[in-house]
Amino acid sequence: MKKLLGVGGSEDSFTALEHTARRVRETGDTLVVAVVDNPDSPRDVDEVEQRVEEVLDEIGLDVEVRVVEGHPGSKLIEIAETEEFDEIVLGGGERSTMDKIRVGEIAEFVLLNSRVSVKLVR
Amino acid sequence: MTSKGNPEVSVSELPQPPFEFTDDEGRSLEVRVVEEGDFDDLYEMYLEFDPRDRAQGVPPAREQQMKDWLETVLEGVNVAAWHHDDVAGHATLIHDSNVDAHELAIFVLQRYQGAGVGSRLIQAAFAEAHRRGVQRVWLTVERWNRPAIALYRKTGLKEVGGSGLEIEMAAELVE
Repeated sequence: MKKLLGVGGSEDSFTALEHTARRVRETGDTLVVAVVDNPDSPRDVDEVEQRVEEVLDEIGLDVEVRVVEGHPGSKLIEIAETEEFDEIVLGGGERSTMDKIRVGEIAEFVLLNSRVSVKLVR
Repeated sequence: MTSKGNPEVSVSELPQPPFEFTDDEGRSLEVRVVEEGDFDDLYEMYLEFDPRDRAQGVPPAREQQMKDWLETVLEGVNVAAWHHDDVAGHATLIHDSNVDAHELAIFVLQRYQGAGVGSRLIQAAFAEAHRRGVQRVWLTVERWNRPAIALYRKTGLKEVGGSGLEIEMAAELVE
């Protein structure tokens, strides 16, 4: 299976990264990590890319990390569709103190527009 | 988000718990501030809670997670409506540092819905919260959840933002 994981720098996107990287290490699936510019994220793209590399190192997985410029949701879909990915993986949303889930803007756009299956990691 | 321009709710007209009222179905209910010994009553209500009425993942469906969740929210401002020995509904406000406001949530057992219990609970929660110094209340609600949105509007909350899936509502509690 060929998975495209979008990481924009929010906490839930790093949770999705760890979860997916551990799975891929077991299954041997193909994974490409796309670092996208999430305006809601407290970190800039360089910081996000660096932390992605650190997490992958820790887990011991060597996969492609690609910085993707432009509108995050539509770029992820474009890559997934043109490069024939099987699945787009994203963080499943932030949680409030009350523990209510809030789906992020990128996930919302991708869910409503992607022809490729979408997985939200909780 | 700034506090300027937020809708205001005057608490001086609101009923301060404890108080009794008769709901639209003629049932006599008592609204009071939740105390430590009330955990089991609330727990019982949530065991009976219809999963269809869950909102954005709360209350959690798994029993242990639900217990943990209930313990967390009980650290905030909590009021509940009792019908005899049973809890019919629960309103909770818990501080959310990300938005510098208290997040409001309300849960009413299905058989008590549509009878005016929810608005009484929110009013009581606002009155108690203001008494304890809470100024700003805030929540998110799924865009399709029209009954809940209508209830929040009725109690003075106004839309302040949102996304495609949800609406953000807020209010300032004033004297």
